[in-house]
Amino acid sequence: MNSNIQNAAGPIPIPVDHRSTARPAGPRGKLGPASVGRSLRGISPEIAKVGLSEICLSYRTQSGERLLALDHINLEVKPGEFLCVVGPSGCGKSTLLHLIAGLHQQSSGRVLVDGKPVEGPGTDRILIFQELGLFPWLTVGQNVEFGMKMKGVSKAGREEKTRYYLRLVHLSQFKDSYIHQLSGGMRQRVALARALATEPDVLLMDEPFAALDAQTRDLLHDELERIWAETGRTIIFVTHNVREAIRLGDRVVLLTFRPGRVKREFPIDLPRPRVLEDVHVAHAARAILDELREEINRSLEVEYSVGVKPHVVPGAES
Amino acid sequence: MKRAARLVIFYSCLFGLWALLAQLKIWPPYLFPTPWGVAQELYYGFSDHSYWIAIAVSMRRVLIGYAISVVAGMILGLGVASNKFLEETMGGLLVSLQSLPSICWWPLALLWFGLNQNAILFVVIMGSLLSVTLAMEDGRKQMPKIYGMAGRNLGARGFQLFWHVLLPASLPFIVSGLKQGWAFAWRSLITAEMLYVSLGLGQVLMMGRETSNMNAVIAVMILIIALGYIVDGLIFKSMERHLQHKWGLTPAT
Repeated sequence: MNSNIQNAAGPIPIPVDHRSTARPAGPRGKLGPASVGRSLRGISPEIAKVGLSEICLSYRTQSGERLLALDHINLEVKPGEFLCVVGPSGCGKSTLLHLIAGLHQQSSGRVLVDGKPVEGPGTDRILIFQELGLFPWLTVGQNVEFGMKMKGVSKAGREEKTRYYLRLVHLSQFKDSYIHQLSGGMRQRVALARALATEPDVLLMDEPFAALDAQTRDLLHDELERIWAETGRTIIFVTHNVREAIRLGDRVVLLTFRPGRVKREFPIDLPRPRVLEDVHVAHAARAILDELREEINRSLEVEYSVGVKPHVVPGAES
Repeated sequence: MKRAARLVIFYSCLFGLWALLAQLKIWPPYLFPTPWGVAQELYYGFSDHSYWIAIAVSMRRVLIGYAISVVAGMILGLGVASNKFLEETMGGLLVSLQSLPSICWWPLALLWFGLNQNAILFVVIMGSLLSVTLAMEDGRKQMPKIYGMAGRNLGARGFQLFWHVLLPASLPFIVSGLKQGWAFAWRSLITAEMLYVSLGLGQVLMMGRETSNMNAVIAVMILIIALGYIVDGLIFKSMERHLQHKWGLTPAT
């Protein structure tokens, strides 16, 4: 199955038919901005895999003022969709994932998964934290099997799956290593394997590849896309890297800087597998970058609060 | 090797000085015993099994008392750390109680439990419980929050979360508190045993005093020190090494 995608020389659309998001390979590079704040296809939160309806989140800062982090977020994620969320740092995109994971509580609005409101964490939604949160007292293998152990999967079953997922992220030889013995990139892959091993319906990823070198990242993009295509999982992927979002996403949602609002949604109709350096990816990135740049400049203004507008080129890191 | 040599030199000097002072006979031998007298006493004590029995009795008491302290202290510490009300009320009380030497509980323990094992156990528990509680509270607070979140995220709930995540995650932060708790438990035990015919090491020590057998007094003191040191070395040192092997030098995320 692997070879199907990896060896493809040209743009072959991924072979999925069971997923509603599968579209014929459209004209290349076509990119249409959608209406602001509303879901692109307008499906209701009740039938979506993940539905966010009028989500607001505010909290008190230490100085006592109320800060609105998320402002009336409406978002519907279809079953099997690969949704990427981009935005400047401080736009609340990580917080959004925590809400879906059930680790935080929104101030108002509803988070629905399969039409049911989220009440706390559940193994149908696994979040890969930005800080990873790997357990240093466990070996790599034990980290990967942790979720299965909590679920009560038998020892034999756990071992088999642990082996499988470690091979998937190319860490088979490090099964018995401890976390502190691994490089940053290897830790990221352990976190990915640990999340996948729980076999969640929805995978929530918070900038998981930000700290990786380019080769590893490309490799993991391929692997992630393959796993996604094979399993039909819904993925919500937060990143600050616009090209990465276009490389992976069926749809890219751009959030505004503080308070976080859905500024715009971009359907990505490029055929898969996509290549990060591809000219069509770059072209698609430009439109999103233009809008993102505004937000980043706004965020810098607030952070430096000197009124000088520093000129930044986001996405240059890709 | 070098370290061993240094230790050998240090201790031979120490014993040499002791032997020399004893040999000079400045003080009578019932005030200042000789090393060979003490060694002989140790030999007799072990060969007629009285020291073995005393050690067994004392170790059993301290292990039971310490085990209860650790379990209760961890529950109490977690409770105090995760509940704002408890933290504000109990937190201060616990700190102030820690300044109370545990033997101060002896009169109360006598009234409550009578002159028996349980009174001694109570003093041992009161001696080490607070150290463990405060260490656990502190450890729970120092422990990065991400572990708890990651655990819940992966489906750990309630006791599972405590046993598989919160406890191991806080261990590096509470191991020194556990060690301190052990030291307090050991001291409290010996003190309590000295106050009562109890078969333990403390009583053997007092018997030495009552029979003016300074050799026995010093011998038992050496035993008490040695046992404390051995437990520290065997249990806590290996625990620390074990933690360091797993976590690396600094806790990583």
